[in-house]
Amino acid sequence: MRRTIPLVLTFVVGMYPIFAFFVPHASISGVNQWLDRALMIVAAFALPLGVVNLVGMNLTKIKQKREGWPYAIVLLAGLVVMAYFGVIGVITRQHTGFHPTFQMLFDNMVSPLQATMFSLLAFYVASAAYRAFRARNVEATILLVAAIIVMLGRIPFGDMLTGGRMTPLSEWIMNRPNAAAQRGIIIGAALGAASMSIRVILGIERTYLGKSRD
Amino acid sequence: MQPLGLSIGVWVNALLTLCILSFLYKDNPFFRFAESLFAGMSLGYYIGIVTVQTLQPNLIRPLGETFFGNHNYLLLIPMALGIMLYFRYIPRISWLSRIALAVYIGYYVGVLMMQKIHGQVIPQTRDTIMPVTTGGIDALWNLVVIIGVFSVLVYFYFSVEHKGVVGKVSRVGIWFLMISFGASFGYTIMARISLLMGRFSFLVNNWIRPMFGS
Repeated sequence: MRRTIPLVLTFVVGMYPIFAFFVPHASISGVNQWLDRALMIVAAFALPLGVVNLVGMNLTKIKQKREGWPYAIVLLAGLVVMAYFGVIGVITRQHTGFHPTFQMLFDNMVSPLQATMFSLLAFYVASAAYRAFRARNVEATILLVAAIIVMLGRIPFGDMLTGGRMTPLSEWIMNRPNAAAQRGIIIGAALGAASMSIRVILGIERTYLGKSRD
Repeated sequence: MQPLGLSIGVWVNALLTLCILSFLYKDNPFFRFAESLFAGMSLGYYIGIVTVQTLQPNLIRPLGETFFGNHNYLLLIPMALGIMLYFRYIPRISWLSRIALAVYIGYYVGVLMMQKIHGQVIPQTRDTIMPVTTGGIDALWNLVVIIGVFSVLVYFYFSVEHKGVVGKVSRVGIWFLMISFGASFGYTIMARISLLMGRFSFLVNNWIRPMFGS
């Protein structure tokens, strides 16, 4: 019973958007739009689940003074300050919805931290490539050549070396062979996701309900 | 020198950027501080965004209006489902959280299935059906795309053993995939370098130069 009810609900609610797609009547699509909005709210409620786990984990780390515990305090402080100014915007009914401090913290802390963190990867991806990109076989050589052409095609130096041929060649790679492979990947992944959806709706795939049998 | 002429925001921004870049030397407390701060603030930012952009317009404001005559009582259903997600922490009624999960997952996979089939498989297949008999270079490039998509799909088709003709076609698929991976890699590297240049540009033009009054 405790598993059957969720399975029946999954089937009924899962079939509804499919039904609404093929029967575009105003009353049916109205319910669909309401479900869209309602499930967005449920998803928003799921966010604190992750937050509770993270806070619990870090509080334990601080309590037991495990290695690196001061950084757990920094993490929690960042979380609390940012979340406070995010939520306070709603309470104080700001014009944009966001408290000015929230925006200021984003512009001067979150955004530069994110950009620098990602820019740091340039060094590590490049050094990893140096080790991995050896023209050992046909496939590795193709990968290496495509990467070099695309990189040179993005900077003026590439055109300077080849008399303006590198940018068109790079564009051709992006728009033809790369687009073809991406299209194949997209079609394959979409078919996989659709078949997984059918399995979930029909109750064949049940792992999302957890392992317990009760 | 006019360090006080700079805003606190620029200083914080610059110092955090340097903390992250210090990892290029080796793992150190400054980097770990900035890393923890980034993790906490990113989650706090997400909480703010969800509160302001999802919960406020879809739940808090409409429920508030209920007191002024607009009866939005139906919104109590998704709110109840959202709260039910937390029943997983109460062992005696933890199974009830599955109901909320079942509704959410069921609707999501139903929508996902239609999105994948209607929004990806059909349009991507339609765009692949291109003229190849019109002559000229475009027809040749269209043929390249068609061969690419077909061979990549054959490579991802694991229900038959990749031997004989299937093996040869799937090998062509691998070549197309390698071009795509190489192109994506080159593109990613250039994007990361562009971010790095942005950070250095900030440090020099917005922090160091104003500090020395230039």
